[in-house]
Amino acid sequence: MAINKKLLPLVNPLSKDNPVIVQVLGICSALAVTAKLEPALVMTISVTAVLALSNVLISLLRKTIPTSIRIIVQLVVVAALVVIVDQVLKAWNYEVSKALSVFIGLIITNCIIMGRLEAFSMSNRPWPSFLDGIGNGLGYGIILVIVAFFRELLGSGTLMGYQVIPESWYAAGYSNNGMMILPPMALITVACIIWVHRSRNKDLQE
Amino acid sequence: MKRLKKQLDKIKPQFEKGGRFQKLHSVFDGFYTFLYTPNETSASGVHIHDANDSKRTMITVIMALLPCCLFGMWNIGYQHSLAVGIPEGIFQNFIYGLWAALPNILVAYIVGLGIEFIFAQLRGHEIQEGFLVSGLLIPMICPVETPAWMLAVATAFAVIFAKEVFGGTGYNFLNVALVTRAFLFFAYPTKMSGDAVFVSLGGDKAIDAFSGATPLGQLASAASDSAPQLTDVAGLPLTLSDMFWGFMPGSWGETSTFCILIGAVILLATGMASWRIMLSALIGGVAMSALVHNFATPLYPATMLGIPEQLCLGGFMFAIVFMATDPVTACRTNVGKWIYGFLIGTMAIIIRCFNTGFPEGAMLSVLLMNCFAPLIDYCVVNSNIKRRLSRAGIKS
Repeated sequence: MAINKKLLPLVNPLSKDNPVIVQVLGICSALAVTAKLEPALVMTISVTAVLALSNVLISLLRKTIPTSIRIIVQLVVVAALVVIVDQVLKAWNYEVSKALSVFIGLIITNCIIMGRLEAFSMSNRPWPSFLDGIGNGLGYGIILVIVAFFRELLGSGTLMGYQVIPESWYAAGYSNNGMMILPPMALITVACIIWVHRSRNKDLQE
Repeated sequence: MKRLKKQLDKIKPQFEKGGRFQKLHSVFDGFYTFLYTPNETSASGVHIHDANDSKRTMITVIMALLPCCLFGMWNIGYQHSLAVGIPEGIFQNFIYGLWAALPNILVAYIVGLGIEFIFAQLRGHEIQEGFLVSGLLIPMICPVETPAWMLAVATAFAVIFAKEVFGGTGYNFLNVALVTRAFLFFAYPTKMSGDAVFVSLGGDKAIDAFSGATPLGQLASAASDSAPQLTDVAGLPLTLSDMFWGFMPGSWGETSTFCILIGAVILLATGMASWRIMLSALIGGVAMSALVHNFATPLYPATMLGIPEQLCLGGFMFAIVFMATDPVTACRTNVGKWIYGFLIGTMAIIIRCFNTGFPEGAMLSVLLMNCFAPLIDYCVVNSNIKRRLSRAGIKS
């Protein structure tokens, strides 16, 4: 299946060039917000929005930004967008905003964002930059959602807050795995995804 | 026996290259060498051979574990008879304990060996014997009432993530049996502590005075304003001799200090375990116990214990004899072994006394020092290199 070359920035980060499991960026938030599925989804949308918009903005500004202060300019743009996302969340979904607490603010320090700004949008036109932002945001999000799915299912027996594991299982002696709620299991789940991914993509193996 | 050997030799070609079951050749090999000594010799180069291969090492450790194992089974039955108030004979007690413990032993072996076999097939390796000991250790260091499925999940987790991902037997940096227990402890805390899991009631009704908490469990939940009185399952005071011989509830393999000492003698006499680690861990434990006893406060009830009680209670002795001395995860250098053992001993007592979340610290202290063992070795080796360089007058 040949993919349109123009769509490569969108498609590549989903698997072959995934920011989390191939470049191993953004791990910190992948550990912090994946105990439940809902915060993971919100985090995915927030990061994708910030990433796409900041990519476009920086791409538009790329010829006017002096190289010596480019990091500061990038930070200002990202910080402004993150504050907007934070306020929107507080206005429309206060519960999740509380659950995510500082992690929305910490999107500023997410290495994926700074990485894409430096590596892609500083040297590309706005449209490919936008696609790159969406692609990387979704690539990050896929992993978050997979990890959160397993952690919530095994750790709390719920999905999106709804009870999935039937009561009869608990009566029969099943109990939730408390370790899945703790951050170490997020790391191990990410490791499992990397394991599966590498064994399917031999060219990525070191 | 001869007929079996003939049969095996007959089907052997099918498992060799080009045969029908070529993929299963390491399974066949594993069973074949388990039954008969392999007669292959090295074809080239100079090799030093020792009769003491890893199979024999494992069997020796199993033999050292047997006193604890048999006593533990009897103790399960004994605690049960105390709890229901009906005295039983030694033999009945043992049979009861055997039936209570056997399912968990089988589950640990089947799950662990199953995973080892699968990984050996996938990688085309030979099957290693490493799990023979772990499979017996795992049920022995868990409460007798641990549900079998939890044990299966935890064993699978430990074998895959503590051992196979690092390359299998001999490459794990954490003790597999302890990882299993730690996983159970953190994943299912309610099933791994409290007073309902350490004594098997088997559906019988307990007497009124029954309390199933282990001595350290009693200390951890004791009111912090008075010196607690440790009791056995029937509510009678627990004496030091009970603690030494092991007539108390606990993870069933580790209650008897006496049987652990027999195991220690076997391990030391055959040279399987390092006496440096055992001795230094003992020194560390005694020193730390003396220190905390000196500053004993009812705020932390475990500090009120005397030195002999500290050593006899909980998994301390079991951990320093069977866990800390695991040659794969311990330090390799002799100086390193002293440091490693000493820190395990002190850390176990510190966690036990001052971390109220964990009634026993032996598991965590061994796992922690497992992580630091390579670093200790690195420092010891480098300081030795530096010393020798300066002795030779070379500035590095």
